[in-house]
Amino acid sequence: MDILKEISVRLQQGDDERVCELTRQAVEKKVPPRAILDEGLIGGMNIIGERYKAHEIFLPQVLLAAKAMYAGTDVLRPLFVKEGMPAIGKVVIGSVQGDLHDIGKNLVGIMLKGAGFEVIDLGNDVPPERFVETAEKEDAAVIGISALLTTTMPVMKRTVDLLEEKGLRTKIRTIIGGAPISEEFAKQIGADAYGYDSTNAVESVKRLIMANESD
Amino acid sequence: MRKILEIPLDEARPDQDAILETQGIPSGKELTEDVKALLERAIDLFLEFSKPKVAISDISIPGFEALYKGEGLNEQDTPLDEIITKADDLALFAVTIGERVSEEIDRLFKANEFALGSMLDSVASAGTDKAADTAESRYFDLLSEKGRITSSKGVLRFSPGYCGWHMSGQEKLFEFLRPEDIGISLLESYLMKPLKSISGVLVAGDKDIFVFDDSYPFCSECRSRSCHKRIRTLLKESRSDKKKGVM
Repeated sequence: MDILKEISVRLQQGDDERVCELTRQAVEKKVPPRAILDEGLIGGMNIIGERYKAHEIFLPQVLLAAKAMYAGTDVLRPLFVKEGMPAIGKVVIGSVQGDLHDIGKNLVGIMLKGAGFEVIDLGNDVPPERFVETAEKEDAAVIGISALLTTTMPVMKRTVDLLEEKGLRTKIRTIIGGAPISEEFAKQIGADAYGYDSTNAVESVKRLIMANESD
Repeated sequence: MRKILEIPLDEARPDQDAILETQGIPSGKELTEDVKALLERAIDLFLEFSKPKVAISDISIPGFEALYKGEGLNEQDTPLDEIITKADDLALFAVTIGERVSEEIDRLFKANEFALGSMLDSVASAGTDKAADTAESRYFDLLSEKGRITSSKGVLRFSPGYCGWHMSGQEKLFEFLRPEDIGISLLESYLMKPLKSISGVLVAGDKDIFVFDDSYPFCSECRSRSCHKRIRTLLKESRSDKKKGVM
């Protein structure tokens, strides 16, 4: 089997040790790191995403694959020292101010990295100003905000409003998610997208970035 | 009466279906070997790191009515408005499984053990719910010892943040109950620390009083809908019920 195909297959099986080993072998064989990343690792994660969407596999298998993905990217990272790890876009994520729940946000971050995004995770209890300042400074394309508490939902709107005030609304897109959030709420506060789970959030972020690029 | 009780770990050990539901795995689905191994490991970690405790404190119906108004932010009509007027006894409660489980979840995520960290989070959430179920049973037992409840009646819990009871209700609940004694503190956002904690009111009375029509405006936005299951379980203990609503 072609080594990139094998990396993809082993990643889908969640075999992190074998993915790490195969990635090393591919590097030794002078396979371009970018090809290992795109065709082997991200290629495998894309298949995982599709199978999850089709309910063929569930969250634990997705997360085992993500661990394998990280094992592979750890091998590749030193090879991208000069230009940095290639990324299809930069996303700032965090749990909204007042909220300490971060499992959902962490899962979105893991899936975004697995899909090839650079993720800046601000943690939890993040005020609107910090989201906007970081996104501006880092030239991020998307801000992702998570909330589990209904009481903290209004703070999401303050982040969207702050982007508007700073004239950044069309440059930096917003996606929101979390247990009490709905598509209607996202529309109501002017967020650009709603992610109902981690894989859906990744698809939505891809769409937002494509929309920004075509503007 | 104010009681602080430790809950034996086997009483907080959650059911497999409750854990897997939060992992998005449908009930009855055959588990692959890797998922089975994760589940077993996560339950072992839960049993190693959790220390479930409950604080229960009686409160009079007028006392609770005053407390329930909280900061005046509840929805206009709530099921509890009616239920408490028909209740025999009320008590405030708080349960926690402690902070160490949450610390272990953080550690696992930092070590890229995402699947195990996420599974442990599900076990811990379901375990905290199970500990709250135990708080209901303990309150039933305490009332039973005093001859204030019989098997035809039931105890059900309600929490701030659900069923129209605004989260800000936590402030007055904490002033009265003082769950700091079991290690729970209240943050500015009304969140509890440790996160794996549940607080609220335990309502004792005829099982009929808990049946409500779930057509309140906030019901349509509620994703948890755990009231359905809990009320159904309570009613099933003795008889069927033909009322509309959560049944």
